[in-house]
Order: sequence, then structure tokens, then C-alpha cells
Amino acid sequence: MKRHELIVIGAGPAGLSAAIEAAKAGIDVVVFDENARPGGQLFKQIHKFFGSKEHHAKERGFRIGEDLLKEAEEVGVRVELNSTVMGIYENKEVTVRNGDEVDHYKADKILIATGAAENMIPFKGWDTPGVIGAGAAQALMNLQGVQPGSKILMVGSGNVGLVVSLQLLQAGCEVVAVIDAAPRVGGYGVHAAKVARTGVPFYLSHTIVEAKGGDRVKSAVIAEVDNHFQPIPGTEKELDVDTICIAVGLSPMSQLASNATCDMALMPKKGGNVAILNEYGETSIPGIYCAGDVAGIEEASSAMIQGRRVADHVALSLGYLTHDEFEQKYDNATAALNQLRQGMFSPANKGRTDLTVTDEGYPLSMSLLKKGYMTEAELKAFPAAQNSAPGIHPVIECTQNIPCNPCQDACKFDCIKVGADIVKLPEINTESKCTGCGMCVASCSGQAIFLINEDYEPGYATVSLPYEFLPLPKKGDKGKALGRDGSPVCDAEIVSVRSAPAMDKTQILTMKIPLEYVHAARFYKA
Amino acid sequence: MSKIVRTQKKEPFVPQPDDDMIICRCEEITKGEIRKAVYDGMTTMNEVKRWLRSGMGLCQGQTCQRLVQNIIARELNESPAEVGMIQGRAPVRPVEILTFSNNKTDVKEDE
Repeated sequence: MKRHELIVIGAGPAGLSAAIEAAKAGIDVVVFDENARPGGQLFKQIHKFFGSKEHHAKERGFRIGEDLLKEAEEVGVRVELNSTVMGIYENKEVTVRNGDEVDHYKADKILIATGAAENMIPFKGWDTPGVIGAGAAQALMNLQGVQPGSKILMVGSGNVGLVVSLQLLQAGCEVVAVIDAAPRVGGYGVHAAKVARTGVPFYLSHTIVEAKGGDRVKSAVIAEVDNHFQPIPGTEKELDVDTICIAVGLSPMSQLASNATCDMALMPKKGGNVAILNEYGETSIPGIYCAGDVAGIEEASSAMIQGRRVADHVALSLGYLTHDEFEQKYDNATAALNQLRQGMFSPANKGRTDLTVTDEGYPLSMSLLKKGYMTEAELKAFPAAQNSAPGIHPVIECTQNIPCNPCQDACKFDCIKVGADIVKLPEINTESKCTGCGMCVASCSGQAIFLINEDYEPGYATVSLPYEFLPLPKKGDKGKALGRDGSPVCDAEIVSVRSAPAMDKTQILTMKIPLEYVHAARFYKA
Repeated sequence: MSKIVRTQKKEPFVPQPDDDMIICRCEEITKGEIRKAVYDGMTTMNEVKRWLRSGMGLCQGQTCQRLVQNIIARELNESPAEVGMIQGRAPVRPVEILTFSNNKTDVKEDE
């Protein structure tokens, strides 16, 4: 039997952050993970994260994973891979499968940071090959470099469904539609807008009825649902797809907490069955903690803070931190967490469909919530989207209160302001001069900032947009400018393609279009 | 001796068109079998698990647990919370029996 002061189960963002913080405090800590690679889901995440700049926002998920691993190595955290924790017994005894042996460990404290698993929905033919989870699609594309299919139906419009839809498009797949049984898009509007402007249709209040094909998905039948989420006969549509991707939420993987006999509760706002925790993340069994998705489904940014906060409490109770030191760390972490837990997509607002205005009092775009894109008329309510100035200047189509602020430091001339409350919509300071550098465009994880120039040439304007697809268009290329809904609005000519290390692989395409389409054209298609 | 029948549902079992849909993929348990289990007197996740082996296969209920829970809740006209979840049990992941035979409990504590 081996002893450690702290055993962390799961080397994802919560577990690794906790182990790093613990090791820094001088705690003898070991991390077990059943996978061959550490990092949890971070290495599947190729998109830029939201949140506050201080907490890795605008960094791509896999880079956050690389940073955490580097830090873990620097502070000497031991991560045991291919090591499956099988059970937690009395007196904090833990059994771990390693190869074909079972090792026994004891700890003073245990942190369960086992993350979450994908939900499934049953429908006729849901066990047909070609019906896969969105996480599986990400693993195939982003870890193995394999396309999951060629024509995909995405079931679920939460952030996972939207982010994976965009990644499928980036991987060269066709996303035939995004559907959701709910009446509103579940994820961030800016994520939906990125997908919609490539021409993917959204069907809200629609469910999947059947996967057809027998031994391989050959088509999918969807239907509109009534207020009780039951399919309405006669509304069926058959879609030509070979892959059905399910992204209908996550459930905490809390079996170990249940196995340890922690008090559990089914909490829909936390995504399912979770251990009941006190304000320090401790379960009903003193010394056993939960952090990250296993404690309630949230973003990786929250998981990292929760992990560190648990490690601080462990350090306090093992005598590595004084009360004062702990209080200060706890208050900082809690303030950071509270910042991330605001806005219309916060855990408290989960599932709400009655919100109609932003915190600023602007009417929420119903088209964005129903179809994934905003109408020009709706955008008129948002000052930052209506910014008009001579020469090149930004317009910001960020219309929902989400915790995110990297745009405000992107501009050297302080053109964009979010303020201390990071769920506030960005404001544009019209006094400051825009040089058209494009840093704000690349810094927006939601790809909601565009540069427009209505004085480019007589009768012509330019629109500069963020672009993350291959093949990259070249200067002089001619194609179509697409509207927010992905439909062609006019001819377009690429007049510049820019990239810089600081833009982290977001290219800035500038297209020349007839002046009258400057407020309509938001994407380019060769 | 007569068989003890413990049942929560007095009315006769009425088949539904999608009763043959597989819910627990690992153990190949259908929706109809789960619904019937409720008529046979099973009212919680743990009871249905022991009765049918749903959630006892390779994925240990990771995929089907919520689905089984919803089916039971609907049959009983109760909330999913009432039906509960499966009690977590070691091993929480499937482990080969060979591995159990290599249990290192006999190693003395090295402290």
C-alpha cells in the first residue's frame, strides 16, 4: 500500500490544475488517469476559448492543455497514465488498475475530477453504425486526423454541437443541418453565427426520428416537435447524411463519488447526478472533494479554477497554508469563478427561454436564437454593430451577455471596452483611430468582429473577416460574399489575406464588394 | 408455496411500437424489457439493473443510465429523481478477472 497526501483522479483541466497548485504548496500529490494521454478533453479543443483574458481566454484549448502539462512537469507533479481508479473504499483507500495488476493506495485527501460523459437520445436506429457522439467526432478529427463522415447531421445546438459543427466544416465535411428539440439555440449565438454564415441550416423545435440504412447510416429522418417535445406527424423530412452526430449535453461521471458513499443528488442545473458539495468543493465525506465537470457541467475555464481552489483547501487542512493565505486565495478564486458564472448562459440561467433583452436592455435577436444568425434589422439595436466612421473601422456583432473580454485589450488604441464586468457587451470608442490592424478581429473567440471600410473605392467597400478554413483564398481570388445566413449576396474579390503569430492561425480575409452590401456580407466562398 | 408478486402497476402491460428499440447497447436490453420490469415490480434503477443487467456491460451504464431512468420514471409517472441513479460500485470500470487475481493487498504498508 502506497500513501500520498493527495490523490487526484483524472488529469483533465480540474485535476491537473489542482495537482499543480498542490505541488506548489509542497503537498505530496499523485494524479491517476485511465487514458494514455493527460489533458482530459482539452486536446480535442482546437477552437479559441471564451472567458477572461487572465484565465486563458482566446487561447485554443489544446494549447491550454500544453501549458498545464508543462507547468505540471515544472513543479514535479506525478501523473500516472493508463491507471484506472476502480473504487474508493473506507478510510480513503483507492484501488487502481495498472496493466493487469491492482494497486492499493491510501490518501489523506482525494479529489475526484473525472469529468463528464456524453448524453444519448434513443430513436429508431440509434444503434446504427454512423450514429456517433460529438466527442467521438472530435476525437476522430482533432486527435486522429480522420473525417467522421462526409455528410453530417448535428443533433444538438449547445456549445458542443456548435463548436463541433464548425470543426467538422473545417475538417472538410458537409454539415447538412443542425437540429435541436428546444425552441432556442442552446449555445452561444456567436458560435451559431459562425456555422450559419457558411450556409448550414438550423432547425429548432426539431428532433431526430430515425436513422435509416440498416448496417450503416444512409439517411436521417427529422420532424418538428410540439410543446411536449413529441414529433408532429406529417412534418418529417428525410436528410441525405451518412453520419449523425449527437451533442445533447453531458452528464457528470460521478460513479466514484457514489461508490465512496458520498451524499448524492440529481441536480438538472448541474447536468445530472452529483455529489453534494460545500463551499470548498468537499463532499459529505470529509477529505473527499469534487471539481470540474463531475461537480456540475461547466467550461474548462471554471474547472481549472475549481481544481485550484480545492487544492488550496487541502493545503490549508494539511497545514501547508495559513488561514490568511487560504482566505486570500479562496476569495480570488471565488471572484474569478463568479465572473465566469454570469450572463444568459450561466448555470443559474440554464434552460431559461424567457430572456428577451440583454443586460444593457437591447432586444435579444430572436433570429439568432431560432436560425443561428441575426438579421440586419435586429443588429440596428446594437451600437457596436452600427459603428460608422470614415475609413476602416470595426463593427462588433456580439449581442449576448457571455463572459468574455479578450477584445478589449486587442486594440492598441483602446478602441474597444468591455469593462470590469466581463459579461457586458463590448463598446466602441469612436474617438480612437482605427488603423485596420485586425488584432480585434483575430482576438474574438466568437469571430463576431469585422472591419469595414465604406470609402475603399467609389462605389466599393471592403469587409475584413476572420477565416479559419483551408484552402486559404489568395489575393486576387474572385468568389461570392455570403450573408449571415450563408446565402450569396454579391460578387467579392479578395484584396488581402493577413496572418500573424499573434493572431494564432486566425487569418484576416479582406474582400472588396459593392458598397450597398457592406452591412450584409459577412463570409466569403470561392 | 405461491410466488410472491410485488407489483406497482396493476393494469395489464400494453405493448408500444418502439418496445423493440435497444436502450442498453452493451447488454442489449430493449425499451420493452425495461417497461415490463416495472410491471414486474421493479421501481428503482438498482432494482432494474439487477433484474435485467442494464448498465452492467462494458460502458457500465455510461450511455444508457439516463435513458433507463427516464423510461422507468415515465412508466411510474414519477420524477427521474424519485427513480434514482445506479449506486456506484467498484470496479467502476470493467476489469478482467485476471487483474483481480493480481490484487496486491498482501503487500505491507511501506510507511
